[in-house]
Amino acid sequence: MCDQTFVAATFGPCESCDKASPLMNIYIKTEAINYCSFCVEKMACQGLQAGESLASLKRESESLKKKLDEERNKLNDVELNKVAEKVEVLSALAIKTRRVLKGHNNKVLNMDWCKDKRRMVSSSQEHGVSLPCTWVMACAYAPSGCAVACGGLDNRCSVFPLSMDPNENLAAKRKAVAMHTNYVSGCTFTNSDMQLLTSSGDGTCALWDVESGQLLQSFHGHTADVLSLDLAPSETGNTFVSGGCDKKANVWDMRSGQNIQSFESHQSDINCVKYYPSGDAFASASDDGTCRFYDLRADREVAVYEKDSVIFGASSVDFSLSGRLLFAGYNDYTINVWDVLKGSRVAALFGHENRISRVRVSPDGTALCSASWDNTLRVWA
Amino acid sequence: MAEGSKKRAEVIDPDEDSPNMIVYRKIEDIVTRIQDEKAGGVAIRTVKSFLSKIPSVASGADIVQWLMKNLSIEDPAEAIHLGSLIAAHGYIFPIYDHVLMLKDDGTLYRFQENLARLQRAFARKWEFIFMQAEAQVKIDRKKDKAERKILDSQERAFWDVHRPVPGCVNTTEMDIRKCRREKNPHRVKKSVYGLPDDNHSQPNPIHMSSQPARKPTKEDVQKEITFLNIQLDRHCLKVSKVADSLMGYTEQFMDYDPFVSPTEPSNPWVSDDSSFWDLEASRDPSQQRVKKWGFSLEEALKDTAGREQFLRFLESEFSSENLRFWLAVQDLKRRPLQEVASRAQEIWQEFLAEGAPSSINLDSHSYERTSHNLKDPGRYSFEDAQEHIFTLMKSDSYARFLRSNVYQDLLFARKKQQPADPEQGRRTSLEKFTRSVGKSLTGKRLTGLMQSS
Repeated sequence: MCDQTFVAATFGPCESCDKASPLMNIYIKTEAINYCSFCVEKMACQGLQAGESLASLKRESESLKKKLDEERNKLNDVELNKVAEKVEVLSALAIKTRRVLKGHNNKVLNMDWCKDKRRMVSSSQEHGVSLPCTWVMACAYAPSGCAVACGGLDNRCSVFPLSMDPNENLAAKRKAVAMHTNYVSGCTFTNSDMQLLTSSGDGTCALWDVESGQLLQSFHGHTADVLSLDLAPSETGNTFVSGGCDKKANVWDMRSGQNIQSFESHQSDINCVKYYPSGDAFASASDDGTCRFYDLRADREVAVYEKDSVIFGASSVDFSLSGRLLFAGYNDYTINVWDVLKGSRVAALFGHENRISRVRVSPDGTALCSASWDNTLRVWA
Repeated sequence: MAEGSKKRAEVIDPDEDSPNMIVYRKIEDIVTRIQDEKAGGVAIRTVKSFLSKIPSVASGADIVQWLMKNLSIEDPAEAIHLGSLIAAHGYIFPIYDHVLMLKDDGTLYRFQENLARLQRAFARKWEFIFMQAEAQVKIDRKKDKAERKILDSQERAFWDVHRPVPGCVNTTEMDIRKCRREKNPHRVKKSVYGLPDDNHSQPNPIHMSSQPARKPTKEDVQKEITFLNIQLDRHCLKVSKVADSLMGYTEQFMDYDPFVSPTEPSNPWVSDDSSFWDLEASRDPSQQRVKKWGFSLEEALKDTAGREQFLRFLESEFSSENLRFWLAVQDLKRRPLQEVASRAQEIWQEFLAEGAPSSINLDSHSYERTSHNLKDPGRYSFEDAQEHIFTLMKSDSYARFLRSNVYQDLLFARKKQQPADPEQGRRTSLEKFTRSVGKSLTGKRLTGLMQSS
């Protein structure tokens, strides 16, 4: 091992501890290693041999990635849309705007349906008129229908009880639950009013106990802002998927905080992720203009929904009840409806006059609601 | 070091992969192709108008045609929409109008030239104006009317993008979450002359510090290696198999999908008749809904009515403790943190402890694990046991439930058909149904576990 003292010749970030310090230029088996003197000592004490340096670890990681790709490709025996050729073609959809909801004075950034299938909550860029919460990017309805969670640029996510009494001061009843170190991009209740799952621009997701505001579990792994999350639809499931600006979609175990699976095939930010109704797959919408479909059992992307004429980023996706249709909202003000199995576009919905920020199918599947920067919400059926 | 210089190159252009740049590149690609007459682009000509010549223009109709042909667009409305967006972003502009949209007729358009596009992308308005002024001086020297016309119109179009006509969309607005990755995001909005911006300006929010991508440390790479090894060990299915599964699931539920199959009664959003919702809320489940309970135990438990029926059936067989345990554990996971420990103990006492009133049958391994977990009770202490019980129910009681008279009667809506026909079998299905309800009332008490969702 290194038992000689070299005069430090360079200054920079140490390859082991990342701190800027005078570096010792050492060679282990002809490999250049630039560690600060403290890390050199550490290495010597731990008796680490060559093969543990950052560079060789990176090489190991690269070769494992290659091996994983090869293994997965062996299972890619056929394309989904090929298999789906035998599925009957859908008859033409007659989807129209059935309601236009005007009530916001500024861009509508988010919305969520209530489980009663008829009510919804929406959030916008203005100072909230009905909810005393500014810069709201994330909002969700509690399963009981009695409360709403919202959060955004205040780095927090708060829960507000809902009341039929218009005079009641909701600001007073607000309960601050989640606290991140950057904006809150998404939130959802986990099948009960008592737990809240949030995603944030600080690169993490977190699970919170609503009553005490305590952090139950945090999820680390994304290397950039997390923009979206979705809970697995299963009654017995304990997983969720998140997507972010690092172009990755990660699947997490809520119990342990572990990252179970990871998918990286988009070429830009993933703005939205949503599970297929059976919970075995999920779709994503990205700034690269495509939506993609990933199967968890095959551990790979199985479909890409794209078209030459669709060049603007997709901001939001949701499935119809059976999973046959994928509704996707784009920054070109349109909603494209894709045949999930066959991969083709079956309809394009025009009407909004600015970007679509969110699309959501109602809980009983009877309608689609879209929120837009044109200050309105539309209900389609 | 080779690595070092590569890093330097990356630093020069951090915007290359930002969301807006991706779209701009695509639009630039399209606009370049449109202008390439040799490669099938549109005709860009000097048009003679009444008193003068209009240099360097193409017609809206030609542009729409080109888009339809080259981007495989079938609907002209879609081509017009895309063209209008390209116009709204400033890449083409009508020479006589300030409203940036594409019309499928003889309206004349000009293409914004390269330099201006780049300037806009980097949002350095002052430099753009400076360069325009420089170019203007050169032009004045040349006194070329045609060139000056072109430059004037391009300058005007530039401002139409940054200061759109009222009623038009300001396409320079950005998603605030992506702002910090663009160069000078907020300086875009402020006018060159220092005047306060209009309604679209967004004040710099707190905590909006830019996060430069972290260089991976040894720990990061080690974690990555561990993760990759786990992935390699994972058993995965072939795509052909998952495709069949996805198709099967979709097929099964297509009848229940209002966007694909017409609903009975009609979709309330379409017909304004809410009977569909009234029916769903009623205690009498429709045959179609009952059919769904047969798809899987999960589906049956998801539906409140299904859960109720299954529970009643189990009580009639004096075997409801499994389902009640499962429901109790589900409820445990949804409790506030401070109630978890005590509730977990209660569940242990009720279902698993020695001499428990509703003792469930667990294999010794799960029993050991659960007992160990209870030393430090948490919301997931019963996960193992719950999974085991679920599998048991699925293979045993659920299968029997589906074969039971109660379920079959509901499925075929028999109870409505035979109220006054005692000759049809010695016991009517209604009687049998009433019997099973009667049994459940004398059986084990329904704890407050069946909370409706």
